[in-house]
Amino acid sequence: MYPLLLIRYGELSLKGRNRKTFEDLLLTNIRSRLMGVPHGPVTKTFGRIYLETRGNWEELVARLQSVFGIVSVSPVLRRDLDLEAIQEGASLVIQDSQGSTFKVETRRPNKAFPLTSPEISHALGDHILRNFPHLTVDVHNPDLILHVELRKEGAFLYSKIIPCLGGLPAGSSGKGLLLLSGGIDSPVAGFLAMKRGVRIEGLHFYSYPFTSERSKEKVVELAALLAPYNARGSLRLWIAYFTEIQKALQKSSFPTLSITLMRRFMLRIAAKLAQREKALALITGDSLGQVASQTMESIHVINAVTSEPIYRPLIGLDKQEIINLAMKIGTYETSILPYDDCCTVFVPKNPATRPRLEQVLAAEAELDLEGLVQEALEKTELLEVNRKG
Amino acid sequence: MRNEIYLDNSATTPASDEVMQAMEPYWSIQYGNPSSPHLRGVAAEKTMNACRSQLGSILKVNPARLFFTGSGTEANNLALQGVANIPYFRRNPGHIITTPIEHPSVLNVIKHLEELGWSVSYLKVDGFGRVEPQEVAELLQPDTKIVSTMLVNNELGTIAPISEIGRIIEKANAARQHKIIYHVDAVQALGHVPLDISGGKVHLCTFSGHKVFGPKGIGLLYAHQQAQLRPILFGGNQEGGLRPGTENIPAIVGLTKAIQLAVENLDTNRKQLYALRQELIGGIETIPDAGINSPGDGAPHLLNASFPGLRGEVLVHFLEQKRIFVAMGAACSSKKKGVSHVLESIGLESEAIHSAIRFSLAPSLTLDQIRYVVYSLKETVEEIRNIYV
Repeated sequence: MYPLLLIRYGELSLKGRNRKTFEDLLLTNIRSRLMGVPHGPVTKTFGRIYLETRGNWEELVARLQSVFGIVSVSPVLRRDLDLEAIQEGASLVIQDSQGSTFKVETRRPNKAFPLTSPEISHALGDHILRNFPHLTVDVHNPDLILHVELRKEGAFLYSKIIPCLGGLPAGSSGKGLLLLSGGIDSPVAGFLAMKRGVRIEGLHFYSYPFTSERSKEKVVELAALLAPYNARGSLRLWIAYFTEIQKALQKSSFPTLSITLMRRFMLRIAAKLAQREKALALITGDSLGQVASQTMESIHVINAVTSEPIYRPLIGLDKQEIINLAMKIGTYETSILPYDDCCTVFVPKNPATRPRLEQVLAAEAELDLEGLVQEALEKTELLEVNRKG
Repeated sequence: MRNEIYLDNSATTPASDEVMQAMEPYWSIQYGNPSSPHLRGVAAEKTMNACRSQLGSILKVNPARLFFTGSGTEANNLALQGVANIPYFRRNPGHIITTPIEHPSVLNVIKHLEELGWSVSYLKVDGFGRVEPQEVAELLQPDTKIVSTMLVNNELGTIAPISEIGRIIEKANAARQHKIIYHVDAVQALGHVPLDISGGKVHLCTFSGHKVFGPKGIGLLYAHQQAQLRPILFGGNQEGGLRPGTENIPAIVGLTKAIQLAVENLDTNRKQLYALRQELIGGIETIPDAGINSPGDGAPHLLNASFPGLRGEVLVHFLEQKRIFVAMGAACSSKKKGVSHVLESIGLESEAIHSAIRFSLAPSLTLDQIRYVVYSLKETVEEIRNIYV
């Protein structure tokens, strides 16, 4: 019933000079996300975006709900600039809304219309009260608001405001490299980075044959689930060859440090790859204190291998909050599939929760750091993962 | 020959050439539905009847009491739930005797029946999964209605004493008005151990096509006259109304051919399988600390062994790189976290459970291939143990 969607973006309007760039990027992202679904033109006017539907507004809204930068969407009814037609439209919108109290809010950018805004609100309020006996007016705290805008193109009416993701348009910030395991946390970290406009690329550490082919497929699947949120609807996924490092670590004479050492290797490889690929930050799923490698001491020692910025969007979230987000994003079901990744196959019985840097350096003195990192990078493969649908 | 050594024949087998040839015409030439009144349907019905009577003579049972199902799992469900669905039992749930090492398609059906009010006793198993038939007599209660034991255990190869158990039940039934139904899951037994269900001591017996070089998607349930079953699926009148759904003629033809070959070649195949198994046991015994979990008098195609110090899963992936395919625990439970219920039931230590591998053989394998497997196994176990110091 709604021929039009009104798309609102908030924060962008604050961005001064860059505003046009941001708006254009948002438009591009919207158009890209809508590919494959029938729709009309997407146009930008006065800080809002309008999308013409093809009778499938719900399907279009579902797509828009995965586009960062959109604050909310309203399905809009359009009527001729004629009071009777507007009243008829108002009835339809009210019928499609829920609540027992209402008010009418009118804006009249088109001053050619003979009635003033308060007069229109009044006329429509009367009309609604007459036709919907269960409704009463409440101007302070109404259950529903009928919005009416009188523009050159006609009268726009809507009541629904469907919240969307907010954030900044995908790709508006720069490139970041997400350390993507098969777990619950790292996809959520990637999601939050994308929310702030980061174009992410994934990096997975693959330890076959210590882990199975299925564990890699699972990571590819997670990447595909993140892809719709990412710039261009796809995600580059680097699969780093981690087997030799795992073997070397198992031989270490400091078994309780193996997780710390493993994480340091991961960051070394990630930092080198980020420099090569010109990514501006590493992104990890660390949440403070969740496991041995995420204590402040561990993070301190692990972080010491690189000066690249590391974003940890989950640092302050509880596990349940992360799980809730993973469910909302749609990665949870895949994350809990029980294929071992290297973090679960190699967990020592008593990992150190307070590793000391001197110890760690002593343990690493046994290893051919340079050679192992070099080999891992050389044998890294790149997959282009596209969103599904 | 394929450039691989497949030792996971208890998970599934490739369809044999004879089976493929036998099935070939029934996909697109003789494609009829046996329920159709025209000639195409009549031809299909004739084929199905011929298969059923052929299976009757091979298994030495009344063909009218053979029912085709969609899988071995479905046949087990139909056997147990089919009894429980009898109106009298729906009102008066009885008592079931089974073992803790049954296939999940039996154990989980019984768990479901417990929710419906049935009570369950589990026979004790020794360190090799063997039961003491006399214990069945001790566990019998006045309201015992079902005894269910698998003939060959799918993880260990342990053979259950079904003739002795059958005799005990027969004796008990002589004095009972409501007879005890004896169900035997023979899915892993077919083609590997001699099987005689003609004597009337076994009332329900389950078979599957794809474990004996037949097609997937077909199972068979034999139900003795005494075992009156009710359907668990509802629909058309196929299989005497017990198992509705258009008959899968190609699979029925394939199953018949597969069972025919399995029974015809039983002696030759067993000889070959025993020789292969002996070679494998001899080889494994030369690997330090390796332990055989299967009983010496088990089925000839199955061997379960542990290699303490490593994880079964890792061994599976290392061997697959050498194109050798083995299973960890049981194929059906490998996707789940947690350990095999069978290996746990026989009291194996955690280390032995986690490092367990199942080899399941096929008669087409050669001694040279087994020697190569032993050689690779030795090399791999040593390699992995060297990694995990």
